[in-house]
Amino acid sequence: MDLQLVQKAKTYTKSEDFKLSVKKSENKVKNFFLNLVIIIILIGTSFVILSPIIGLVSDSFMPLEDFYNPLIYLIPENPNAQNLITAFKQIDYPKSLAISLGFSVVIMLLQAFICSFVGYGFARFDFPGNKILFALVVLTIVVPVQTIMVPLYTQFRGFDIFGIISLISGKPLNLINTPYPLLLMTITGMGLRSGLFIYIFRQFFKGLPKELESAAFIDGAGTFYTYFFIMLPNAIPSIITVMLFALVWQYNDVFFSSLFMENMGFLSVKLTTLASKLSAQLQIRDPNQVKLIISSGVLLTILPLVVIYLFLQKYFMEGIERSGIVG
Amino acid sequence: MKKKKGLSLTQRQKLMGLYFVAPWVIGFLLFFAYNLVEAVVFSFSKIKINDGGGFSITWAGIENYRYALRESADFVRRLTESMGSILIDVPLITFFSLFIAILLNRKFKGRALVRAIFFLPVIMASAAINDTLNSNLEALMGGMSNTAAAQVTDTTATGLNAMVFAGALMDFGMPNQVIEYLVGAVSRLYEIIRSSGVQIIIFLAALQAISPSLYEVAQIEGATSYETFWKITFPMVSPLILTNVVYTIIDLYSQSDIVEVAHTTAFTSLDFGLGAAMSVISSLCVCAILGIVSFLISKKVFYQS
Repeated sequence: MDLQLVQKAKTYTKSEDFKLSVKKSENKVKNFFLNLVIIIILIGTSFVILSPIIGLVSDSFMPLEDFYNPLIYLIPENPNAQNLITAFKQIDYPKSLAISLGFSVVIMLLQAFICSFVGYGFARFDFPGNKILFALVVLTIVVPVQTIMVPLYTQFRGFDIFGIISLISGKPLNLINTPYPLLLMTITGMGLRSGLFIYIFRQFFKGLPKELESAAFIDGAGTFYTYFFIMLPNAIPSIITVMLFALVWQYNDVFFSSLFMENMGFLSVKLTTLASKLSAQLQIRDPNQVKLIISSGVLLTILPLVVIYLFLQKYFMEGIERSGIVG
Repeated sequence: MKKKKGLSLTQRQKLMGLYFVAPWVIGFLLFFAYNLVEAVVFSFSKIKINDGGGFSITWAGIENYRYALRESADFVRRLTESMGSILIDVPLITFFSLFIAILLNRKFKGRALVRAIFFLPVIMASAAINDTLNSNLEALMGGMSNTAAAQVTDTTATGLNAMVFAGALMDFGMPNQVIEYLVGAVSRLYEIIRSSGVQIIIFLAALQAISPSLYEVAQIEGATSYETFWKITFPMVSPLILTNVVYTIIDLYSQSDIVEVAHTTAFTSLDFGLGAAMSVISSLCVCAILGIVSFLISKKVFYQS
């Protein structure tokens, strides 16, 4: 009886069936460990990304006494919103937020409109010099704006086009601390990372089928009509992507804002000067207290973006997948 | 037969494109080309701001360049530091983002949530915000930066402290440089993750553009996943590696220390000539890096056509 069983087992271990099932379970173990490693990496990285935000929230509700209490970590014993209130008052939150968001929305709309317009021109019309001009677009992406910041500043400090403005008003205009420099640059496709947006739109329009326009032309539509009513509605995924990037980058921008519009009261600029303001005006000398209040300011600043992002996250991802960034 | 005067329909159609790109051409000439030339001229001159709002330029030859490169206390040191850290970070960021993109491209539960988390850094990409977040992270993870070191050892140390390990390693007899590099790498971790947001998005889009039939064929032919990666995935995303490397270099440069130096020289010390010279020097360095790197990579890139 026993012998028979052993014999049976022996033949079974040599059969194809057995080998297959061993391989299967081997794969199962392998997959399990692979998935485990992936999960650990993803959770670890997510923690690294989220931890500063957790820290921000903790700082915002942490009174100074609790901060100095060695027994308290991350979760304050007597949470209050004192830090948030101080930051709220110091950065003049409602007003700065309105200015920042309002301006960013205007820039966002202009960017999407102008860059898609120019990108369409590059994608669909084989006019002489197309290739050279597009190479120059790439040049504007590659050469950092920082290179030309000094002449840009002096240009807008005494703004003039071929002496016309001097002729009318007697002297060139000083556009520093007005929104016009950035508006002018955005309208002419030279705004914050406009080159990149033009590139994205060009790639996207190149990917659309030519028949779309041919049909419109045969039906007697003009070039601009075709662009506005046929091509633009088809470009919505890349428009969403560009709009989100334009909004976020403009809202967070410190470079152009502090170069041209330091006194306009943008949130991002106010945040950079918050520390000196705290010690100068409120006489707060404790660096840790300053840090807690700045954290509250940062939390207030990123809150609107996070809310917008949570609502648009799905469209954002879909937009990117179809936007033709890849070309 | 009467010959048609002027341009044919297709030719006129082509020229319509000029209307579309006209706004950009105006902007390019007025704000970019003009100022690029101006920046070079400035860098060769001494500039004085007048009370009335204008400024006067006097030719100074290579004086600004000589001062920046030979006399300035720390310009050359900070230039090499910035360029060095760009060269170190670019491969780290590129491979990290490719790796994460491949992970995020797999199907698993909660993928939407993980993706949302990974793109948060894109939303919070701001110099002011990042400085604050960095100091928060150090406190939370126990990592140290040189400036914060004194502060953290003074106040209550909470959580895991990297200095404890650094001390232990030092007792072990490890060379100081190695310890510094390790501690530096740990505190750079967040920086690398933070700078990878856009790159992950680009790689993810590239991965999704790869036709599934390629993978099917590989599976039928019995290729291992290792072979599949190197023979299919890698060549197919390689054009985007070039894009990402270029984007990363520009992104890192625009946030780098050296830009800050030029900015303060021009706008705090009001030495516009010297500031412009510094900008020109560092831009030339970055353009040289870009040129060399894209030349090397483009030789290896696989284009599908």
